[in-house]
Amino acid sequence: MSINRRNFFKTMGVAGLTMAGLDSMGAKSGGTEETEFYGILYDATICIGCRACENACAKAHGFPEPDDELETGVIRKTSTTRRSVINKHETSAGEVMVRNSCMHCNQPACASACLTQAMYKTKEGPVIWREDKCMGCRYCMVSCPFDVPKFEYTSTNPKIQKCDMCYDRIKQGEIPVCAETCGDALYFGTRRELIAEAERRIAESPDSYVHQIFGEDVAGGTSALYLSPTPFDELGFDPRLKNESYPAMTKGFLYTVPAVFVLLPSLLLGLHEATKSNQNHSENHD
Amino acid sequence: MTSPAIQQPKEQSVWGFIVSELKPRGKWLTPFNILSIPVILTGLVLIVLRFAFGLGEVSNVSQEIPWGLWKGFNVVTGVAFAGGAYVLTFMVYILKMHKYHSVIRVTVLNGFLAYIFYAGALVLDLGKPWNIFNPLIGNSFGASSVLFLVAWHFVLYIFAQLIEFSPAVAEWIGARRARRILSGMTVAAVIFGITLSTLHQSGLGALFLMASEKIHPLWYNEFIPLLFLVSSVFAGLSMVIFEGSITHKVFNGQVGKNHRKNSDVIVHGLSKICAGGMFAYFFLQMLVFIHGQHWGLLFTPMGYWWMLEMFGFVLLPMILFFYSYRTFNLPVIRIAAIITMIGIILNRLNVSIIAYRWDAATHYMPSWKEIVISLTIIFIQIWIFRWVISRMPVLRDSPEWAKD
Repeated sequence: MSINRRNFFKTMGVAGLTMAGLDSMGAKSGGTEETEFYGILYDATICIGCRACENACAKAHGFPEPDDELETGVIRKTSTTRRSVINKHETSAGEVMVRNSCMHCNQPACASACLTQAMYKTKEGPVIWREDKCMGCRYCMVSCPFDVPKFEYTSTNPKIQKCDMCYDRIKQGEIPVCAETCGDALYFGTRRELIAEAERRIAESPDSYVHQIFGEDVAGGTSALYLSPTPFDELGFDPRLKNESYPAMTKGFLYTVPAVFVLLPSLLLGLHEATKSNQNHSENHD
Repeated sequence: MTSPAIQQPKEQSVWGFIVSELKPRGKWLTPFNILSIPVILTGLVLIVLRFAFGLGEVSNVSQEIPWGLWKGFNVVTGVAFAGGAYVLTFMVYILKMHKYHSVIRVTVLNGFLAYIFYAGALVLDLGKPWNIFNPLIGNSFGASSVLFLVAWHFVLYIFAQLIEFSPAVAEWIGARRARRILSGMTVAAVIFGITLSTLHQSGLGALFLMASEKIHPLWYNEFIPLLFLVSSVFAGLSMVIFEGSITHKVFNGQVGKNHRKNSDVIVHGLSKICAGGMFAYFFLQMLVFIHGQHWGLLFTPMGYWWMLEMFGFVLLPMILFFYSYRTFNLPVIRIAAIITMIGIILNRLNVSIIAYRWDAATHYMPSWKEIVISLTIIFIQIWIFRWVISRMPVLRDSPEWAKD
């Protein structure tokens, strides 16, 4: 994997293309062609809670269509048969809808947790799950700060279910079914375009939005981006979520490992040699 | 001192030897058998159900709390208790503290079996156990994963322990040449094993680093790996003390001259190391607490629970270890070891289960089926431990020919 200086700065210049992006850049055949992460912008000021996206998602992935009603105060969760949900929240700006699904982090905790690369950050942006690699340890579920991956506990050959941003469709140049179905509240594009679009919307009607794009910074940046008329903690987002990338939290430990692997055996061998003279030969059995 | 069991193979065929060694020895209706046989039989049925109907059939783990008793207790807690093997091999083979030599084999055997059976618990917990070799062979290396490192260290350490224990197997079957070769590999295996242990004891703590909002702030901090490593020292040694007091009662006839002679001195010496290790651990915990600035959390239900763990199950046994070391009070050392072990169970379960999603609407409680399977794994392990103890020179002295 080689990456020259010019490419490096170019990559860093692209908004949101951080470590994971750098990797996928380098993994390409060294050409100048760049792939940017795609994402989905959700605008809570536009969403009316019609749930056409939910139904389209269920149909596209072969799940039963949801038949429960939206109710304020009842949090509907994603599950093994429901990859995205709309929830209704009572907030300081009145009733506001919010969509919950995989955030498709730039540096996903689930993918860095996965010991078989079953959870995988594609160069197009979606975080996908690959059945043939997964061993079902559920470490992705422990690590995901958004509690997204869902495990089929009642199956003898269980799958992890989560939104994959309709990766198959993206590869064929189509857009995810939810964004295709929705009028204006879901907007598909490259992450850079989406952030520019979100900033434009905030600038055009600064009174309708809180001046924050959720997903621009949280967890090191995500491909799912949110605009809201009300602070995001009123929409059920955990205010304790960090802006740093979650995989970075294990970096310190992982970087220590090679050092320990080289230094500790040398130290032990040295100690062993140094204490040899103490050895009482009559007691030396294995 | 040569026991008759060692002499037998010379007159018998290999097959006859194996058959005779597989036969149970001694009394059949012991209290432990009466307790363990029904549990194991029930457990085996439940394991069949688990594979026939999925994990949810027997286990209460959920979408919010995906790791339950088998990971939190059998794996995370169990590995801490198996830490005695790397600490003792360090003391004996690297620092040449020969007085501890007689407990090396039983400790390594205990560690080795523990690891094998924790791997067993893991297989039951995996959703797709047939893919278990993906991180080891093929093109599925998730090298950025802490669990990837833990898995590799786990497997390699099992081999290191097998080599460390192998001279006892060679003495059992009377393979003199093999024993000489295997004994020659001991120091290499020990150095390799200590390195691997250091990394995976801390690695088990590092597994939880990304769960930063999910674990209660009194237990979550960036020093979990270091705290796990330091506590594994006295967790392992307390296990050695505890296990020693049991095996001396149960396997009294098996205990060799060397072993018996040194055992009190060993327990006494270990108590000092435990006390020192616990002092370092307690000090570290307090530093982490003060730096975390969590004073406000102290007088909440979780805060009381944390203080119970810190003062009742770290500070108190530490004082007991110091006191009993000074006064050469062996019963108190044994009590301190038991309190320490309860403390380790508390700590590991707190990080992995109890303080994990402490704020969730529904809490995880293991189902009775999970508990039975958990016990089944431990009981089968004890059965095999007992089988090995009563056949191989683990507690008893090595045969004459093996003393070169």
